[in-house]
Amino acid sequence: LRSLVSLVVSSVCSGFIEPDGAKCDLHKLEEGPATQVVMTRDEGLQYYRVMQTMRRMELKADQLYKQKIIRGFCHLYDGQEACAVGIEASINLTDHLITAYRAHGYTYTRGGTVKEIMAELTGRRGGIAKGKGGSMHMYCKHFYGGNGIVGAQVPLGAGVALACKYQGNNELCVCLYGDGAANQGQIFETYNMAALWKLPVIFICENNRYGMGTSVERAAASTDYYKRGEFIPGLRVDGMDVLCVREAARFAADHCRSGKGPILMELQTYRYHGHSMSDPGVSYRTREEIQEVRSKSDPISMLKDRLLSNNMASVEELKEIDVEVRKEIEDAAQYATTDPEPPLEELCNHIFSNNPPLEVRGTNPWAKLKSVS
Amino acid sequence: GKAVVGLASRKHQRTSGPVEVTVRDALNQAMDEELERDERVFLMGEEVAQYDGAYKVSRGLWKKYGDKRIIDTPISEMGFAGIAVGAAMAGLRPICEFMTFNFSMQAIDQVINSAAKTYYMSAGLQPVPIVFRGPNGASAGVAAQHSQCFAAWYAHCPGLKVVSPWNSEDAKGLLKSAIRDDNPVVFLENELMYGVPFEMSEDSQSKDFTIPIGKAKIERQGNHVTLVSHSRFVGHCLDAAAVLAKEGIECEVINLRTIRPMDVESIETSVMKTNHLVTVEGGWPQFGVGAEICARVMEGSAFNFLDAPVTRVTGVDIPMPYAKILEDHSLPQVKDIIFSVKKTLNV
Repeated sequence: LRSLVSLVVSSVCSGFIEPDGAKCDLHKLEEGPATQVVMTRDEGLQYYRVMQTMRRMELKADQLYKQKIIRGFCHLYDGQEACAVGIEASINLTDHLITAYRAHGYTYTRGGTVKEIMAELTGRRGGIAKGKGGSMHMYCKHFYGGNGIVGAQVPLGAGVALACKYQGNNELCVCLYGDGAANQGQIFETYNMAALWKLPVIFICENNRYGMGTSVERAAASTDYYKRGEFIPGLRVDGMDVLCVREAARFAADHCRSGKGPILMELQTYRYHGHSMSDPGVSYRTREEIQEVRSKSDPISMLKDRLLSNNMASVEELKEIDVEVRKEIEDAAQYATTDPEPPLEELCNHIFSNNPPLEVRGTNPWAKLKSVS
Repeated sequence: GKAVVGLASRKHQRTSGPVEVTVRDALNQAMDEELERDERVFLMGEEVAQYDGAYKVSRGLWKKYGDKRIIDTPISEMGFAGIAVGAAMAGLRPICEFMTFNFSMQAIDQVINSAAKTYYMSAGLQPVPIVFRGPNGASAGVAAQHSQCFAAWYAHCPGLKVVSPWNSEDAKGLLKSAIRDDNPVVFLENELMYGVPFEMSEDSQSKDFTIPIGKAKIERQGNHVTLVSHSRFVGHCLDAAAVLAKEGIECEVINLRTIRPMDVESIETSVMKTNHLVTVEGGWPQFGVGAEICARVMEGSAFNFLDAPVTRVTGVDIPMPYAKILEDHSLPQVKDIIFSVKKTLNV
């Protein structure tokens, strides 16, 4: 095994739509991310492990949802793992990140544990938000959710970036949204202010080709999402290739940290599941399309092939990681299904921060409930 | 930090006594003092910086604090309200100005879903220390789209504090508390009150003077009827009380100061003394502040002390017209309050 030799990957930015190694699409940029990059064995194994963990976690959530142990909204991320992992590989945990409702993967990469994520999905007291938030409202340090209102997270992300600039801490904010959200007016208001004030924000459009049941062609007059920032430089990369994502995000982070202001990245990616667990995901796209992406562009398979064909890891080694991951997910699911629900005494807590206890009206005038911060 | 409980009432000294301060200047002082006290505080909104504020409330602040802390925004309410909320999440303490609260409707999702609910949804992980402020309710001759009162809309929502000052002392003390509060506060000012001077006590001129959010004030003591109001109409109530006093009717006038959380206890204590209650507001009657007071009084200890049903004096249930005579008849006048008190007292 070549444990100390790194892999040099060329033509990193080939889009999976055009597999002939086309250049990275650039908008108002003279040059783009590096096309010759280095991935060490350790990095490769780490990316593999994290992506596999995210994959299995989402599939377990699918199972639990079908068993009605998870209820309400559940938007799964399987297929898009390379985006979250590639982005996190390019920034620091001291940077900031915000996304929309397809957020379980990011909660994990930002520092949440599988246990507390799953227990939040099952609505238990051990959940990352103590069962008060659910699938769409998970938070941890420098991770601002999990946001349910399409597009609302984009101004929030720019606001986080404003705080970074204000405090002069050289941190930046990664601000994610989907192809559906890309048509929200508040995003264009945010582009304007972010550019005007040179906020250190990386806008990232995760284009998975469908906004719920509406394909990009049916929703957008221009599907070049990386150009929609107009005066904001943009780039479009293959979101199924973790190294592509990493290099693009690194490039974007350098841009921000050098004080040049915002930058926009479009990641071309794909979700295997429907929009949410209520959507079978086959009324607006064909099973053949889903299968084709799975067989030709799966992010985990692609990384696995790279590691194996370059002798950076063995089949057994990767299998071992799979076994460990499976166990972690099983343990987490066990926890998430046995942890008790939040106590009723907690119902009214966390209305206000740093506040003396207050009385909250219950369902009837005699129900005087207590709320503490 | 926790809100500092305000004003010690002691006699003012001769050397530096009370001064006359307009509501506008009181708000300006509050922001100036809090900007100075805490470098995380900043103000953003349309025309707040170089124009000195659309209504001159932020006059002089940009000159003193500069671009970093006093930020002119483009006309993008939803965008800049969201940016302000995000900045609050990341550790700053923004004051987000809406030129009037009518424009806050463009941004209301950010106020409710991003600001108000987040501390709860995150089970206490993510506080949002932000103030949304600006003029609320009717002005003069600005017609339907620029005259709505949003007290009831915002006060409906858990996770928000909603404050509605009347005079200069209210304005200064409550705005300082709002800025120091670690939670989202909707601060409803009134354009017609900006230029009105009030005497401010010496205590209220201190840089540490705050008024606690959630506590009403008895502006006038009385035994025969309780008048409860907020913002500009507190003044109308006091005027009505002066007229009624000549006829031997003594009104107790309560200035709510805070709409949410409402100080129902002060109302109940008063009603248990006077046995009669009249609410006065500029907003529309349906689902309004007066409606809430009625419901709360019915559910509480004061109900058995009522000698008559509660009377609500409100704005007329119509979009605000333009012509002066119509506008004047769309809002409670002093004579409406006097009439309602007498009807309630059956005199």
